[in-house]
Formats: sequence, C-alpha cells, structure tokens
Amino acid sequence: MAFGPIFGVLFDGFAYGMLLFLLSVGLSVTLGMMNFVNLAHCAFAMLGGYTSVTLTNVYGWPFLATLPLAFLAAAAASVVFERTLYRRLYRASELDQVLLTIGLTFVAVGAAAYVFGTIQQHVRTPSYMRGSIDVLGANLGAYRLFLVGVGLAIMLLLVLMLEYTRFGAQVRAAVDNQRMARGLGINVDLAFAVTFALGSGLAGLGGALAIEVVGLDPAFAFAFLVYVLIVVSVGGLGSVGGSFAAAVLLGITDIAGKYYVPEVGAFLIYLMMVVLLMWRPAGLFGRR
Amino acid sequence: MTATSTAAFDPNLHLQAQTRWRPIEVAFWAATLLPFVLFPNHLVLASQIAITALFALSLDLILGYAGIVSLGHAAFFGLGAYTAGILSKYGFSDPLLGLLAGAAVAGLAGYATSFIIARFRHLPLIMITMGLGFLLLEAANSAEWLTGGSDGLQGVRKGRLFGTIAFDLYGYTAYAYALIVLFVVFLAVRRLINSPFGLSLRGIRENSVRMPAIGAPSRAHIRKIYTISAAIAGIAGAVLTQTTATVSLGVLDFQRSAEIVIILVLGGAGRLYGGLVGAIIFMVARDQFSGIAPQYWYFWIGALLVAVVMLLPNGVLGGLAKLGSRWRGGSS
Amino acid sequence: MSGAALSTQGLDKRFGSLVVASDINLTIPQGVRYALIGPNGAGKTTLINLITGMLRPDAGKILLGDADITAVRPDARVKRGLVRTFQINALFPHLNALEAVTLAVCERRGVAGQWWKPLPAYGEAVDEAYAILRSLLLDADCYRLTRELAYGQQRLLEIALALATRPKVLLLDEPAAGVPREESAGLFTAIAGLSKDITVLFIEHDMDIVFRFARRIIVMVGGRILVEGTPQEIAADARVREVYLGGDAP
Repeated sequence: MAFGPIFGVLFDGFAYGMLLFLLSVGLSVTLGMMNFVNLAHCAFAMLGGYTSVTLTNVYGWPFLATLPLAFLAAAAASVVFERTLYRRLYRASELDQVLLTIGLTFVAVGAAAYVFGTIQQHVRTPSYMRGSIDVLGANLGAYRLFLVGVGLAIMLLLVLMLEYTRFGAQVRAAVDNQRMARGLGINVDLAFAVTFALGSGLAGLGGALAIEVVGLDPAFAFAFLVYVLIVVSVGGLGSVGGSFAAAVLLGITDIAGKYYVPEVGAFLIYLMMVVLLMWRPAGLFGRR
Repeated sequence: MTATSTAAFDPNLHLQAQTRWRPIEVAFWAATLLPFVLFPNHLVLASQIAITALFALSLDLILGYAGIVSLGHAAFFGLGAYTAGILSKYGFSDPLLGLLAGAAVAGLAGYATSFIIARFRHLPLIMITMGLGFLLLEAANSAEWLTGGSDGLQGVRKGRLFGTIAFDLYGYTAYAYALIVLFVVFLAVRRLINSPFGLSLRGIRENSVRMPAIGAPSRAHIRKIYTISAAIAGIAGAVLTQTTATVSLGVLDFQRSAEIVIILVLGGAGRLYGGLVGAIIFMVARDQFSGIAPQYWYFWIGALLVAVVMLLPNGVLGGLAKLGSRWRGGSS
Repeated sequence: MSGAALSTQGLDKRFGSLVVASDINLTIPQGVRYALIGPNGAGKTTLINLITGMLRPDAGKILLGDADITAVRPDARVKRGLVRTFQINALFPHLNALEAVTLAVCERRGVAGQWWKPLPAYGEAVDEAYAILRSLLLDADCYRLTRELAYGQQRLLEIALALATRPKVLLLDEPAAGVPREESAGLFTAIAGLSKDITVLFIEHDMDIVFRFARRIIVMVGGRILVEGTPQEIAADARVREVYLGGDAP
C-alpha cells in the first residue's frame, strides 16, 4: 500500500503521544494551578514503572493488575513529598522550586540505581498484547493499540471530571484565578493536593505503560523530563486539551522525524519548541 | 549592605567604602596561590576549579545579579571550548588568540540569543534556555565534520604561552594560566558590579516591573549583560580546551548547564564570590568522591541540593553572612 | 498649540466582555492638580496603566503635550516626562533608599549602562539622589534596605523614585494608601511641596486629601468618565452623590 508507511508512522506517533500525554497532563494542571515547577514529576513516573517491574518480575503479578498499583504508588509518594517539602516552597522563587525538584530527581535516580541497578528493565505483557493486529490494511502493534485506548479513555475521564463534577469546577476555577477561587470559599489547597496526587498517579501509570515501548532504567527520570516539559510549555499550563494536543504533536513529530530524517535527530523537536514558545509563551492553549 | 546611619553621612563616602577591597577578599586571592606550595600534586584539579569558578562567575552575572534563570548556559562554555579547539587544530594554537576567539564567538552567540532571552520571564524563559542549549548540542553532534561529533574533536594542539611557555604535565602552567585569566576577568566583573550598570542589574532582579517605570531600558540592559556573560563563559571554555587539549560534547550538555547552576546556588548567587566558593566546594567534593559509583554521586548531590534549598537559600556565603551579622550583635 | 500637558482621545480597553475603559477623553492643562476619584473597580488604575503604556489600548490616542505617544514604549514615555507611582509599593526590597534613587537618577542621566567606572565616580548623580531623599526627610535612613523601612517611608520612597526622573506629568496612584494617619503628615507635605511646574493627576479615596489638593476632579465609574469639574461642582453633583451613596463631601 502506498500510504502504508505514513499511516503506520502516524499511528506509532499517536500512540507515543498518548504515552507523553499520560506523563505530562498531571504536571500541566498542577503548574497551572499553583505555579509550582515540579521537575521531579518524571521521578514519580519512574516510581510507577519500577513498581510494575517489581510486581511482575518478583511477585509474578499479571501486567494489567500492576497498573492500578503503579498509579497508587506514585500518587501516595507524591502526597508524602507534597506534605513535607513542596508546600513550604509554594511562594518561593522559581529557581528554588527548580533546584529542589531537580535535587529530588537526582536522589530518585541514585536510589533507583542502587536498588535496581542500571540495567534496562522489562515486563511480561499478556500474550494478546504482543504482535500486531490488522486494521484496515495496516499492521498496528497490539500494545500500541492498547496505549491509544488507555490514553483516550483517560482523556475522556479527565474532561468529564473537569466539566461535570464539582471537584472539576473547583480545579478549573483555581487554575483560572487562584485568589478569586479562594475568595469564593474554594479550598484551593485541598483541591491542589488531590490534583497533585492524581497527576502524579497518572505519571506513574504512564511510567509503567512506557516500559514496553521505551524501556526503563534510572535515567528515565531525566530523559523524559525534557519531553514532558516540552509538552507542558507548548500545550499551555493548566490545560488538559492543550497537553493532549501538544503530546500528540510531539509524539508524531518525534516518530516521523526519526523515520524520515534520522540525521536531524532531536533537533526538530527543540526547534519546534523554541519557535512555538516564542510565538505563544503561554503555550498553545494557555492563558495570558 | 546595611550600615547604621551614624556612619558616613556623606553618601559618596559611604558608596566608596562599599566598593573598597575588604581584607578577606585579599586573603582569598592570596590563598589561591597556596596550591602551588601545599598541593603541588593537585594542580590539575586546581586549574579545573579555576575554570569552573570562571564559568560560575559568568552565570552569576545573569542569574545572581539580573535574575535570569538559565538552564542552558553551557552552550556558551561549549562554543568557547570548541572555538579554541578548532583554531588550534588548524594551527592557531596560541592560547591568548584562542581566548579572544572563544570570547568573540560565544559573545556573538550570546548577543544574538539575547534578543530572545530579554523578551521572556519565568517558565517560558527557563524552557527556552534549555531548548536553545539542546539545539546547540544536537547541532554540534550532527556537525561531525567540524566538531568530531560524539568522538570529540581530534587534533587539538596545546599551544605555548607567548610562544615560549609550554603546558607542563604537572599542571603548573595550566593552573597559573587559569588563575590569572580568572583574576583578570574577576577584576573586570567586580568593576561592573560596582558601576551604575551593576546597580541597574540589581534593579531588574529586585523589581523588573518598576524598572521601565523609572525610565530604564530593561531589555537593552539584559541584552548587554547576557552578551558579556556569554563571552566570559566562552573564555572559561577556551581555557578548558587549552589546558586539557581535548574537547568533547560534554562541554555543551544539559548536565553541565545544570551543574553550574547548582554550583552557583551552593556558593550563593548575587554575592560576587558565590560562584568561586561553590566551585571550590563542589569540585573538591567530586574529586574526593570520584571513587564511588556515579549513582551514589547523584544521590548525594541531590540530597545536598535539597538541603541547600530548604535550609540555606542564599547558599554558603548567604549562610555565613547571616551567621556573621548575628555574631556581631544583629542590630541590622 | 493645545496647551494641554496630557490628553487622551477615545481610549478603549476591554478584557473579553469586561469593559475597563470606554471612550476616555481627557484634557489636563499644564501645572494643574487633578484628582481622579471613583468607586473600586471603576478603572482608575487601569487608566493609568493605559496612559503609561503598561497596557495597550484597543483604540484611542494618548498625547503628551503635542506629541502622540500611543506607540511609544513605557520607559521612553518616562524619559519624556510622563511618570507614575504605584498604589502597591513597587520598590527594590534589597536596595537601600540611596541606591534606589541613585539608580533612577542614573537612568535619567543615561549613564546606567556604563559599567567601567564605579558608582562613587558619579558623584553628581549621588548628590542629586541624596538631595531628593533629604527633601522628603528620608536622608537619615537612606542606607537602610528598602524592606526595612516603615510603610510610610516606603510610600515616600515611591515618590522619591518618581521625582528622580524629573517628571513633567506625574500620575500618583493612591499615594496615601495604607499609610496610618500619624505618618501621613510627611506625605502631604511632600505632595503639597511638588513644584508648580509639574502637572499632577492623583487617584485618591480620601476626600479630605482630594478637596485639599485638587483644583479639578474627574469622576470615573464603570470605565467611563461620569463628570469633571471643580471641587464645589463635584460636591454638589447629584449623580456623584448617588454613586458614592452618601459619601462624605464637605
């Protein structure tokens, strides 16, 4: 088929974008709500990944069953750090927040290397997720189809939650104008704590799902931080839809770039980010 | 610096007292000569410290004094390093020439990017500096014909100072050279900090909204300091190439950009000597711990960073200053 | 020659559906003291932001004297003599008062970009800064960090910074805001002592100050200018009384 490769590349890119979406949406919303720069976000993702690895390889759990645990482990860890360290720096300078969270990431990387070693980790995915499925004449990877399904489902859930629940309304209000939200009696701190846990949990889920696609080793926390930051700044702070769009854009650009112009490498990605940020500093869907 | 109002009624005298050399500064620079006598086997490390200190000093100008957070400053360090290396490869290995060329190339790049930098703040600025740093790294990686790619630059030659003095194996020349370059640039930076321009930089850092309201062309000021800072970073990179006769992509990577921010914050940003103090502490610690595996290094650096941010927000020098004022009776 | 120090024509500004300024036409003659009053949210500070260039208008023109400054950058407007102070202190916390005012003086003199001579070499600028501080009775504390000054002193420093730029038109945004009665005497003396060459427009809520210092009053409500006149006319105006719901008028 003449258009076969393009469709395959697009699909792979889209699936990769779903992964990036899961990894990034939490950071985007919490940044938009509290303006707190949490560069340790991908460390939580890494935690989710290692949780999944431990459960499948050491305790023999089926892969799908580990996913909720990956979510919960990352969410729980984020609550601990938010209570102890993060909340002291809500009013601190950006630089302090950047340095604290980079420091935490370093600690996480060192700890992961100590406990798990620096080798690449693998998980045993169920047999029906390996191989590919024929869809309309194109060979699509089964696992990637699963990724797309999960990504879209989560996206839908998030949008529904934001639009139709009271909690979602509170989140939207706090992202829009924190001071006014407090003035209206909304418990912004609680809303933020819950959102932060939710976002970190999603990152943990993303980390677990990523193992099959990009592998897992202690360098994950930094390697994906750059991509996540690109998605967040391009998509706009506090915007679920923006994160989705930016993640898909980044995923497709990255895969297509590697396929069609491999010599250029990641140059395209960074160029795109810099240009987009200069055009719209608040991101594609951000405010102000 | 605060002083009680009974001292120096004449404002000019007061300001002059501020800019005078303090005894501890003289002691510091005298102490930099000690390695020749006390640690003759560690002069290579000492020259590395001097180079890092110069790099940190360049970052202090934009981060400590103008308040610009950059996670991509290694770009200019790397530009200076590669410029000196490429020049020496093609026969122009005179160190001073390499210095000037490194400063010029890095400064030019700084000037060009300053137009972008001056227009943004907060997270977009951090992201853009990171992005530009990565862009340059990727470009350097791809341009193998010029940079040698991931293998590093081949054929770098060590030049002779003034045509006669060679860089010896023990590092005597290297340390002397690096130290002198550091000191000369430091003198210029010190002068800059104490000038009206230095005052306007601090104004930008303290309240960037107020600056235009008093008629300050903030963007022009930022462009100027960014260019100067880039040039100095380029000088540091050039010295590294000239003293080690190697250049590789590591001079440009994100880790180097992040490290220099950590070093500066550790020492205390905006205090002129913060970068120097931070460089000494960091590099000595790294040398001491070089035997252990890299992952443990990461762990402890991370823990140190967390401790500094939570407990010592103004770095070592800030902490010392607070201790000092409390000791003196803390009336200010 | 219009003779007006500052004038605006048809200024409009809206944020989405929120109209913060609608068809603002002002003409302020040279040397006259104007007060700008109105309920909270009327758009007074927004108007100052528009005039000084911190906000860009959707439509309309701003003229300083005869020159159209609508497209001029904020710092360039200051260089031409259009200066404002801030309702909430916008000072330099870790600079001392002398440094802050010296900075403003150096910027005005165009030497703030020079980096090769130390500050003490600019003795004239320093002396000028010190003189301004002394005229506002801040000289005794001029070596103290701004963040350590009393609130009333900080408000005076706001004015000192503005004076250092040698304004022709001075926009004061609630100069006495938040200053306790005991400290405001120095502030009033300073405002009263402003040179008659300077055209002043100040926003104020305290009607005592307004009626004492203003020769003409502009009333703004909901982004529009309701009425303009002498203090007597404004005090007698029924619409103004209604807007303030029986607010005090002598």
